[in-house]
Amino acid sequence: MSDWIDVCAADEVEEEDVIRFDHGGRTFAVYRDEDGAAFCTDGLCTHEQVHLAEGLVLEDEIECPKHNGRFNYKTGAALRTPACVALATYPARIEGGRIQVQI
Amino acid sequence: MDGGARDYSLTGPDGARAVEIGLASAEWYHTDVPRKTMKGLMKRTDGPATRDTLIWLMLLILSAAGGIALWGSWWAVPFFAVYGVLYGSACDSRWHECGHGTAFKTQWKNDWVYVLASFMVLRNPTAWRWSHARHHTDTIIVGRDPEIAFMRPPDIARKALAFIGIPDVFVHFGILLRQAVSGPNAEEADYIPTSEVPKVKFWARLFVAIHLAAGLTALMTWSILPLMLIGGPRIYGAWHMVMVGLLQHGGLAEDVLDHRLNSRTVHMNPVSRWLYWNMNYHVEHHMFPMVPYHALPKLHEVIKDDLPPANPSIPHAYKEMIAAVLRQRTEPNYCAPRSLPEGAKPFRAGFHDRTALPEAG
Repeated sequence: MSDWIDVCAADEVEEEDVIRFDHGGRTFAVYRDEDGAAFCTDGLCTHEQVHLAEGLVLEDEIECPKHNGRFNYKTGAALRTPACVALATYPARIEGGRIQVQI
Repeated sequence: MDGGARDYSLTGPDGARAVEIGLASAEWYHTDVPRKTMKGLMKRTDGPATRDTLIWLMLLILSAAGGIALWGSWWAVPFFAVYGVLYGSACDSRWHECGHGTAFKTQWKNDWVYVLASFMVLRNPTAWRWSHARHHTDTIIVGRDPEIAFMRPPDIARKALAFIGIPDVFVHFGILLRQAVSGPNAEEADYIPTSEVPKVKFWARLFVAIHLAAGLTALMTWSILPLMLIGGPRIYGAWHMVMVGLLQHGGLAEDVLDHRLNSRTVHMNPVSRWLYWNMNYHVEHHMFPMVPYHALPKLHEVIKDDLPPANPSIPHAYKEMIAAVLRQRTEPNYCAPRSLPEGAKPFRAGFHDRTALPEAG
């Protein structure tokens, strides 16, 4: 597992929202839930490679902006077709007012 | 460029070419909308769809009851005229919106209305969910999109017959029959995962069985009344669905990566908009399929300065579409010209070498 990587200030991500985070040639999606906790998944939908950060956070789910497939962003589980393959998830935390992820 | 008929099958050379040159699963043009604004537009709520669905179901029941009560007299005709459109036309937009999962906030409501509307419109709910996902991935990309209504050169007589459900309804029932027996064919297997095949067969068998039961009841009672209520409206009430549905992409560009070129937004009367659940805002829907139908008018106001001007009415849009489609009989590569307001971002045609594209105006 890599070191913690700084993403952004925590208040740059609204609660129940998502942002895109690019690192090392890869793209990730970083979320905050309704309690303000941070989460991180791969940034592209496993169905058609669309950026999830343009989608909609619905409680614990992220809905893909192109085909309305859904994943649980805390577990990565695919919940609604056409999404069938789970997302990879990564540890995330808020430390000193900053969101950090391990990828 | 040969200018002749193209191969619209999903297993043919045009599809392979689309994949080869990067037209398939490509990145499409989107108007820039601030994230906060888009979040507001995407917000889910149960209210509008619950209201509209209750009105829809109530009108279905009332018009059916009136038709049954007055069966045998001419007074039944207006009741079945209403019932037919509510069943055979409104089904398409309910199928569509609930298939996207955006109409209701509560998912079981989306799923129930989706299955009911799929039955009415004679579409397999599993197969068509995947078909529509592909339609959004590769909108009007030849050889990739299974939902292209106007193929070139266009078969205008066939499209005219679709207004009375012919041959459309028989084709769709035949597809359900085949899926009930043998599942997806090679074309459908191009976009339906193998894991979904049991569900495809289940729904096909259920839908076929209900329609056969209605037909059997009609035979046993020696009355067409059962078929006026089940299945028949897909013929005599489909005209509104066809009328508005053909405008979505008819006469516009193939093989482009910008919905402003291949989709049409039409302002229409409130009744048609209610039956159609605002899918007249079709450029907006394709660009942002996350936005529920009830928020599309607001989305239109936000992005209209980046879109071609909407057609002001259904007759206006038909005049434009028919002129283009008639011309496509001899010039299959022609498409209706689109222009953009001053200050809009230029069209993103991309990879295009077959269709005569208009310049941004």
